[in-house]
Amino acid sequence: MSAAFDEMNGKDGLTRAAYRELAGWLGKVPPDTLQQRRREAELLFRRIGITFAVYGEAESTERLIPFDVVPRILAANEWETVKRGLEQRTKAINLYIKDIYGKREVLRAGIVPEDLVFQNPVFRPEMNGQRVPHDIYVFIAGIDIVRVDADTFYVLEDNTRTPSGVSYMLENREIMLRLFPDLFARHRVAPVENYPDELLATLRSVAPVSAAAEPTIVLLTPGIYNSAYYEHSFLADKLGIELVEGRDLIVKGEVVYMRTTEGLKRVDVIYRRIDDDFLDPLSFRPDSALGVPGIMSAYLAGNVTLTNAVGTGVADDKAVYSYMPEIVKFYLGEEPILKNVPTWRCREVEHLSYVLDNLSELVVKEVHGSGGYGMLIGPKADKLAIEAFREKLKRDPRGFIAQPTLALSTVPTLVDEGLAPRHVDLRPFVLTGRDRIRIVPGGLTRVALKSGSLVVNSSQGGGTKDTWVLDS
Amino acid sequence: MLSRTADNMYWLARYVERAEYLARILEATQRLAAVPTSAGATTNEWESAVATAGCAAAFFSAHKAANEQTVTDFLAFSPDNPSSIRSCFEVARANARSVRTALTMEMWDAINGTWLELQKLGSGPASREQFATFLRWVQESSLRFDGSAYRTMLRNDSYWFSRLGVFMERADNTARILDVKYHLLLPPQEHVGGPLDYFQWAAILRSVSALTAYHWVYRQSLKPWLIADLLMLNDQMPRSLASCYAHLVEHLDNIARAYSRQGPAQRHARLVRTRLVNSRMEEIFKTGLHEFIGGFISDNNRLGALITEQYLL
Repeated sequence: MSAAFDEMNGKDGLTRAAYRELAGWLGKVPPDTLQQRRREAELLFRRIGITFAVYGEAESTERLIPFDVVPRILAANEWETVKRGLEQRTKAINLYIKDIYGKREVLRAGIVPEDLVFQNPVFRPEMNGQRVPHDIYVFIAGIDIVRVDADTFYVLEDNTRTPSGVSYMLENREIMLRLFPDLFARHRVAPVENYPDELLATLRSVAPVSAAAEPTIVLLTPGIYNSAYYEHSFLADKLGIELVEGRDLIVKGEVVYMRTTEGLKRVDVIYRRIDDDFLDPLSFRPDSALGVPGIMSAYLAGNVTLTNAVGTGVADDKAVYSYMPEIVKFYLGEEPILKNVPTWRCREVEHLSYVLDNLSELVVKEVHGSGGYGMLIGPKADKLAIEAFREKLKRDPRGFIAQPTLALSTVPTLVDEGLAPRHVDLRPFVLTGRDRIRIVPGGLTRVALKSGSLVVNSSQGGGTKDTWVLDS
Repeated sequence: MLSRTADNMYWLARYVERAEYLARILEATQRLAAVPTSAGATTNEWESAVATAGCAAAFFSAHKAANEQTVTDFLAFSPDNPSSIRSCFEVARANARSVRTALTMEMWDAINGTWLELQKLGSGPASREQFATFLRWVQESSLRFDGSAYRTMLRNDSYWFSRLGVFMERADNTARILDVKYHLLLPPQEHVGGPLDYFQWAAILRSVSALTAYHWVYRQSLKPWLIADLLMLNDQMPRSLASCYAHLVEHLDNIARAYSRQGPAQRHARLVRTRLVNSRMEEIFKTGLHEFIGGFISDNNRLGALITEQYLL
């Protein structure tokens, strides 16, 4: 693995243009001041109550995601490319899902193997032959992007189910504006504060045709024990819509209502942050106490829009991911603007034998895994771990894909010893409405705080940064 | 608004109010227990505190004897007592978290800040002085929350349900003090007073923060029947039954107007209020103070049930 590309200092140590102002400022500011601001930020976050439940850590169900005060900066032209790539990819994903639950041309053309779709637990046969409002499936996508050099961005994951993190994007900016007004005065940073407006416009645009002129929109949460609950309540608040739990909704005559102090009120659009499995105990997991019995009947009758649609998981599986460049070409007839990380599909014999021979250099991921769990990072693993993983991989090659260990780009980050480069990724949020696609500039930058670590997931010691896209 | 949100707003306010009340009881009891026993004290003030807090049964299933240590622990810190100050703030914050969107920043800050402080406290303060500081802190936290709600909330149904919670809890608390201490408040001919009574009466007034108010209203030394009048019928006194019901009627009417619909809760609240407005202490003493308070408590519980049925389910 070669040395990583640093977004501020490049590979040659020369400050890159977008960072010139910031680098100058960082050079002058006393180290104590930065540490002081870091503590202030932490205090602000804690008071606001941004909390994050980490699975398997019963003793601390509420924990703060560390915030780094040094912003990550993208130049206008860099962002423009990423943005066009995201639009293209999201369009293709929506066409793909429509096709999978419709004519299945992509399967007939042999682009994607059938078993990858039909044997996938997130494939929803209930959606076969169903039309969804306005033919949109993925209204909100959180597409993870990494960078390896000045010109190359890779898509790492297409999160097309219930992506989270946007509240951190908004809060990070809010905190930065409070702590560093001076820095903002020296930069032309594109705003992100309009995200809630854009989201609301998107949700309003996709109400069922039968809905009233002023559609009633709600956000459906699994409740306060969900790790992203803070975000759910934060968004509902910013959108000015009700935050509902399953028990607040009731289905009568294929119409969804919410229980209010004035009786039942019809609901038209549900921004749901609850997985397919738990959505409707009558259709999916019967033991789900979080869902709404009968909501699928109202959905399939076209009386309510669910965002995202049911069954979008068929597009964000790590095995399907490897076919995404072909999928983009198939539906749009265009070359993908954003590349995929080169990926070996362990389901294919030649790929598997390559992966088995090179385990110590590869990252091997579970096809259905998420949150950075259950993966092998070859270069960081010891012999024992690699051998254990080899057995796992041989038992179920279809369950895994492998990728080269990427030298993710780094950004200067404040650690106890001062400023040091740390690896980052980027999760922009792509909103697809009936009228158009909306993306606020930037997204959520996640940073691996441990020296040399490539794992940015907040559940494994990752932090976040404010992301600045500079106006040209 | 969502019924569940209204329910959370209502209980959030109730639990904060209850925490404050418990702190006042404990403060008054601490003072009372410090009165020299040469005055002939025989009653166990700590036992009486548990009764006033309305959790005697739960207490005695956990502890054999009511004394300073067991009672302060049970009423203030015990996680096993669902109505301890600690539990009240825990439940209040859980409710606040569920309705984070219905709260203003200031309210969330107040309740979340209180909860965070409480986490640092561990199993409770080490000394009496620290405990006294803690009790004052609890009252200040409640004042801060209540003041934030009063000063920052939109005047809509969300606010009114939160106010209903405050006044339902307050009416219940005042009634419970009266229920436990009624024998100290009987009219002159039945009253056999010793020097200890003065401290008892002052303690009752203190637990509803009305000692100074008493002097301003009646301009004379403490008389038990006047104390009863102040706590029950005087609507200038913020914790009196009459005042609580004036507010309950007002806020229920606000809700009814906003929803263009009157219901059983409005009618029942008006009935109870009218009864308080039309009552005179002499008559209440004649027909029986204890019976009157008992009747009020069950009326108040009935109003709680009606509000729940009408709006919160």
